[in-house]
Amino acid sequence: MLDFGGGAAYLTLSIAFTMTYHSSSRSKTERNSGGLSSLSLDDLRSNPRELARQVAFTRREFLRSAAGVTLGSTLLSSGLLARTGIPQKKRKVVVITFGGGARDQETFAPEGQENIPHLMRELIPQSTFFTQVVNRGILGHYVATASLATGVYETINNFASLPPEHPTAFEYFRKDLKRPSSDAWVVAPSNGFNRIGESSHRSYGPGLGARVILPKHLLTAATLGGGADYEHLLRDNYETPFYTPELGGGEFALQQLEMLLKLSVDDFKKHARTLSSPDELSVYITRQLMRQLAPSLLWITMHDIDIAHAGAYSLYIEGIRRTDRLCAELWKTIQAEPEYAGNTTVFILPDFGRDSDDDSGGNGFQHHRTGDALSRTTWMMAMGAGVREGVVIDRALESTDLVPSIGSMLGFSAALAQGKAIAELA
Amino acid sequence: MPLIELKPEQFSGYPPEARKLVTNDLAALQRLPLSFLPSLLREVIDYDFKFPAERKALERELSNLGSLSAEQTKNWFRGFAQIRLSPQLEQFDWINAPAQFVEQLSAYLWTTHQLDAFRVAALAYAERLRAAVPPELPPIPRLGITVVGQGVATTEEPLFRKLRPHGVYFRRVQPENGLKLLLDAVGARAKAHPVAHGHWYIDGGQETAHDPALTCISYHALEPARAALSNKIRVELERPGMGPETLRTLLAQMHPADLGLDQRLDGSAAKSGDAVLDRFQIKLLTEGSGTQVFSTTFAQWAAREALRRAQPLTLLVRFAPRQRQKPMNEMLSGIDGRAELDPMGALIDADIGAYYNWLNQQRLPGAEQSSFLVWFEKHGDAVAIGPSMPRGTESTMAGDLQTLLSWMA
Repeated sequence: MLDFGGGAAYLTLSIAFTMTYHSSSRSKTERNSGGLSSLSLDDLRSNPRELARQVAFTRREFLRSAAGVTLGSTLLSSGLLARTGIPQKKRKVVVITFGGGARDQETFAPEGQENIPHLMRELIPQSTFFTQVVNRGILGHYVATASLATGVYETINNFASLPPEHPTAFEYFRKDLKRPSSDAWVVAPSNGFNRIGESSHRSYGPGLGARVILPKHLLTAATLGGGADYEHLLRDNYETPFYTPELGGGEFALQQLEMLLKLSVDDFKKHARTLSSPDELSVYITRQLMRQLAPSLLWITMHDIDIAHAGAYSLYIEGIRRTDRLCAELWKTIQAEPEYAGNTTVFILPDFGRDSDDDSGGNGFQHHRTGDALSRTTWMMAMGAGVREGVVIDRALESTDLVPSIGSMLGFSAALAQGKAIAELA
Repeated sequence: MPLIELKPEQFSGYPPEARKLVTNDLAALQRLPLSFLPSLLREVIDYDFKFPAERKALERELSNLGSLSAEQTKNWFRGFAQIRLSPQLEQFDWINAPAQFVEQLSAYLWTTHQLDAFRVAALAYAERLRAAVPPELPPIPRLGITVVGQGVATTEEPLFRKLRPHGVYFRRVQPENGLKLLLDAVGARAKAHPVAHGHWYIDGGQETAHDPALTCISYHALEPARAALSNKIRVELERPGMGPETLRTLLAQMHPADLGLDQRLDGSAAKSGDAVLDRFQIKLLTEGSGTQVFSTTFAQWAAREALRRAQPLTLLVRFAPRQRQKPMNEMLSGIDGRAELDPMGALIDADIGAYYNWLNQQRLPGAEQSSFLVWFEKHGDAVAIGPSMPRGTESTMAGDLQTLLSWMA
């Protein structure tokens, strides 16, 4: 069914090759617990939910054998964060999106584990790991990140400079808890993410969102447009590699640098010269942000892995290895910073996966265009304050469940989110 | 399912062969739902520039549609008939711009939650079509060859991990004259079984001397076209209001002459006169992601598209070192042959590229009888896959590549 040899393959190819600028927000579907499927590959292809369950099961088995984690269940008691005794005002949440999506065969599968040594050996054993997080929305990075941040499958144009249409976690957090703008920040990889911090929703929106810091925009402003020493840090968007949205406000960016981050332009430039990728620049800025402002809700979007769109497998693998290392470095920073140590919950998750080798409508690792079950079925790890260590949960979650879960931890209500708070974390 | 009114004169903008094809089968097309028909017309409008295998498949599909009764047509397209379209789509000039229609249809299917329904309808139609018009088996078993590792002296990377379980891993191949032996072998197949666009040689660098019976494309030969495309993109992006979607539409409308594909590297007129191949090459550059900047991506995508579209009997793909990663603008502007190379990175790219070449070959009719060989250039490592090659085994037998091919036959 999925081969090339006649059979009107052009029909599925044509829809796969048209980029997904808009998305559907399908109705909530019944959620099943994980389990081994005995279906054939053809059955699995025609039954995405079954394939998602199979992916989750396999992922769990990989982790059980390699990282020594155990299978959890919904019977695990909830309210763990409350029981830690950490006052609500002191609680912090850091969300890290894992770099533009990576597939199991390059990460959790036995042949891929060499690419994520830090996740496997250091982070997963300390985390509750959710093996089946399904993204039913559009598989474009900006709109998918916006969906993660709002808890609603957003339908905005992936490549337009538009705010999400539904309130973001940052807006719920600040409005419900009356927090200042300095308490919610986003560190975003692309100039196209400059409006991710607050929605266009009339009950929330302007003035209630997160402040967004764009490290590349900062670097461009600091170096007056780049220069040979910095070009490798300024790549903007791998889905549309020829197109970089222009942003004004260079002066404001430099003010952010000096007044908020306490970084001189010279020091910033000097340090940037030692970095090898845009995500390293983001992590550097994130550390500075944590030290200087210690926001309670911090969101970092990694993006290096998305170099896969250029079709060079070696660069995709390099991106995975780098992201693995950077996640571990951020975790160490969180444990070392007095404002964060002991009171911070960290979420690490991809916004979605990448196309499977089995779907002839795609081109394997290169893209995330087919909308197949593998590209929609991702994972999430939660670690730190209020989270059990070394547990694997393989019932199905949706990526829209993240915001309500953060809400239950920090004490705000994600009233307009489609997702539900994750019982094991709430 | 309302009938679509179609008249021959509405297709006057189609190339001659496509016009003839579509007007012959107009009655059948009139019965098709609008959610389906433009996808078919998108193929038809390019008929004059399609490879023989594609033409044949399209002719057989249209002939089958013409043989269906009204009731049968209704049954076959029930799923498509249930797809709702917007008034904007219904009023779109889908006859003359079917590709743009399909792009807009795709976006509409996402926003209206109908993408899965379309996919189900598409798969059901494909299954019926396959049963009614089974794909034709190739006249001889296919042979795919992929050569990786040009410019790499030694490597610690474990090669061919994905391919080894499917065939025999040879560690003591005699590499002398390896590339020439392989090119001679594919040239001999082309002469013995002459089929238009049936035997290919794709080189990710500069092509080596080869038999003229082979259809050959190379990254190096397309250097002027890549430079022209790069300039075009830069100019277009500076226009007000230009965004990724508009740029994509613009690239899709380019013709070979827009990128000077009718010229050689030295600026003289090209002799090919192969409009089908020219059109194929421009699509590689304008529709392929990364094919403009990484030679490894070019080679892999070109092989994938050649297999999907031309369904060759023989395909030899040779990967070459790619340029080292730099920011996209710099890589695009650096199409001048002086870019710093990354042979090791290219080897890793080519290793997965070889696996994809095999996967894509297996998607073609006659897969059970097909053979595939991957070889680490100038080294003794190769994997041979085919009906006579026991899966997941290793061999210490020594022989040159000609001998190895004879074992596979």
